[in-house]
Amino acid sequence: MALRDTVDEAALGGSLTGQAGGSPTVKPDAAEALLSVEDLSIGFRGRDGDTSVTRKVSFFVRPGERVGVVGESGCGKTVTGLSLLRLLPERTARIDGRILFDGRDLSTLPMREMRKIRGRDISMIFQEPMSALDPVFTIGQQLSETLLAHFDMSRKEARERSIQALTEVGIPLPERRYDEYPHQFSGGMRQRVMIAMALICKPRLIVADEPTTALDVTVQAQIIDLLCQLSDDTGTALLFITHDLGVVAETCSRMLTMYAGEVVEDAAVDEALRRPGHPYTSGLLRSLPRLSERGERLPSIPGRVPSPNAMPEGCRFRDRCPYARPGCEDYQPMVTDRRGRHVRCWRVDELALPGAVD
Amino acid sequence: MAVPEQQMQQEPVVVADGLTIHFDLRGGDTVKAVDGVSFQIRPGETFGIIGESGSGKTTVGRALVGLLKPTGGRILYAGQDVSALSSSQYRQLRRNYQIIFQDPHAALNPRMTILQSVQEPMEIMRDGNPASRRQTARDALERAGLPPEIGARYPHELSGGQKQRVNIARALTVNPRFIVCDEVVAALDVSVRGAILNLFADLQKEFGLTYAFITHDISVVAHISNRVGVMYLGRLMELGPTGPVTEQPLHPYTRALLSAEPLPLPSEMRDQARRIRLTGEIPSPVSPPSGCRFRTRCPSAQAVCAEHVPEWRELRPDHWVACHFSTEEGPPDAS
Ligand SMILES: Nc1ncnc2c1ncn2[C@@H]1O[C@H](COP(=O)(O)OP(=O)(O)OP(=O)(O)O)[C@@H](O)[C@H]1O
Ligand SMILES: Nc1ncnc2c1ncn2[C@@H]1O[C@H](COP(=O)(O)OP(=O)(O)OP(=O)(O)O)[C@@H](O)[C@H]1O
Ligand code: SF4
Ligand code: SF4
Ligand SMILES: [Mg+2]
Ligand SMILES: [Mg+2]
Repeated sequence: MALRDTVDEAALGGSLTGQAGGSPTVKPDAAEALLSVEDLSIGFRGRDGDTSVTRKVSFFVRPGERVGVVGESGCGKTVTGLSLLRLLPERTARIDGRILFDGRDLSTLPMREMRKIRGRDISMIFQEPMSALDPVFTIGQQLSETLLAHFDMSRKEARERSIQALTEVGIPLPERRYDEYPHQFSGGMRQRVMIAMALICKPRLIVADEPTTALDVTVQAQIIDLLCQLSDDTGTALLFITHDLGVVAETCSRMLTMYAGEVVEDAAVDEALRRPGHPYTSGLLRSLPRLSERGERLPSIPGRVPSPNAMPEGCRFRDRCPYARPGCEDYQPMVTDRRGRHVRCWRVDELALPGAVD
Repeated sequence: MAVPEQQMQQEPVVVADGLTIHFDLRGGDTVKAVDGVSFQIRPGETFGIIGESGSGKTTVGRALVGLLKPTGGRILYAGQDVSALSSSQYRQLRRNYQIIFQDPHAALNPRMTILQSVQEPMEIMRDGNPASRRQTARDALERAGLPPEIGARYPHELSGGQKQRVNIARALTVNPRFIVCDEVVAALDVSVRGAILNLFADLQKEFGLTYAFITHDISVVAHISNRVGVMYLGRLMELGPTGPVTEQPLHPYTRALLSAEPLPLPSEMRDQARRIRLTGEIPSPVSPPSGCRFRTRCPSAQAVCAEHVPEWRELRPDHWVACHFSTEEGPPDAS
């Protein structure tokens, strides 16, 4: 119930998101959210002053839901994911906004409390598993330690649970591999170990940052199947960060599109693929080579993302948007259109944009 | 991009004939990176090479432009075996064969201006004089779709897509006939890939270039290639015209590779039933499986696959496959 109150408060205060055409943009079902991120702005302190990286990012994840986060390189996907676990460098990162997990604001939680949540309630899978696995400890030691840090159990029990976890992610001969070191595993196997480690405490949310990008497609397909199956079985929610729209389509039910540090669209995956609401989402989908006939010219989005210290005032996509009009230089709040799409573009109701299907 | 009839009959631009490239490791092991690969690249075509990590694509590409010496087999340039050429003849020939790599940052010296970097290959080849080199470099930048003021900038001031255009400009300055493009769009955002691929197509038309296009992205290779070769563990599994290879493949590996690609389509349009899930990962090229190299992961493997290397057979016109059981209809049924 605590969550209900905080969400209402924010909505009444009008600080959550902007309004347009009188339609409230606070989703009525935000109350059942497991994770609710509100106006999360992240910046970094540097030698030449502060750089703002994300601006007022708001989204939610329901229990057991799989939400994809897509967008151009550098748009702030990883930084947003890391901030949820408070893994950004404390000394330089500036974080503003709220990260409500189960009604508690993680952004203000004492570090001691936060450590209890990490690995236990929320865990993370990184693109390069070697960076998250410690090369000097065996796979088994690392799995067991994660369990022992959060549960009152014997070493023997921890070992058994760890071996079971390795079995569940499809590692052959788990008893033997328990005593091996990370460098003795292939890339795909390491990613399986990362998944085992992320799941071992049965968390309620996993933040997976490009977990299959470094893998071959045939191995990627195995890992995706595994993640979805485990998330179905355990009811673990997934925040799936990737630049691959195919991966999102195959794993997630909802998709957040980010551009230049902002969420520009929040929609059901099937809806976003068929009828994207934001010109950037549409441009991204139309750029996929599979939509063009062989040998035909490929569409692309002209220009480049504005750099963080030269962000335009109004719509950040304006320089590259084929639908830009006078009015686009005003600040664009998230708006909900007639179809119920949440889009950061005031023209959403008048534009009918092409998606991934003709 | 149909290749004109009369070009098809011309001499191939480059031929790999039983190409084998092995690397000796310190412990005495040998990596069989490329192990008996044969194909011909025809004038004006785009020859796609796909395959998973470690299958030997880059190694083939480097050998095609003379950066690696074959351990076995031969590379023929316009019909000539390079080992029979004098070194000056070889240098003249070599300039016709260029390579562009995946990482747009790595190829550019961070302390050189863009214009200096673009002139570098001409300096190495001792082409023209400083003034003519500068002019050629400026023209190449323009042809690669970059504004002239870019020449005065440094690499860190450019986006990934811009840097890749600079690399293309660099390769163009020596008027090559043939360019190996090794994962040239992999590091770029999806939204700018199209523009770079269009540029490659335009330059091909304008200068009659021939490409070997290496990528692990099937949708890219399917879009731009005339023919595609599919590699697995140092060998070709299948080779044929792009449409048939990517739509009605003959080899079990190609079929699995195609079905593993995640499709950005709404759920009702994705045909889950056609999915073929491979188990396991690619074996080590130090000790590849006997017989058919794909057999440890092949859903159709039989006892004979461990004993005999499948023959390279032309089952459809211009469409070759290395599998004991494939027929003109396609790969054997996955059991
Ligand atoms: N520790 C840091 N200090 C300063 N700037 C940072 C730091 N981490 C990230 N940034 C900057 O924040 C921006 C967003 O980076 P982020 O890694 O979140 O992008 P991304 O969307 O994950 O991109 P990619 O798709 O390439 O992974 C970038 O401009 C990056 O340079
Ligand atoms: N100089 C080298 N010394 C030893 N082994 C090498 C060398 N170059 C390549 N290899 C090995 O040869 C094999 C083929 O490598 P190659 O780079 O050609 O693969 P690839 O198909 O291009 O893979 P990717 O998709 O990852 O780029 C790999 O096992 C690789 O580790
Ligand atoms: S607000 Fe204007 S510039 Fe921005 S996406 Fe919408 S139409 Fe394009
Ligand atoms: S030869 Fe045998 S193992 Fe190889 S692809 Fe054909 S059926 Fe599979
Ligand atoms: Mg990232
Ligand atoms: Mg390579």
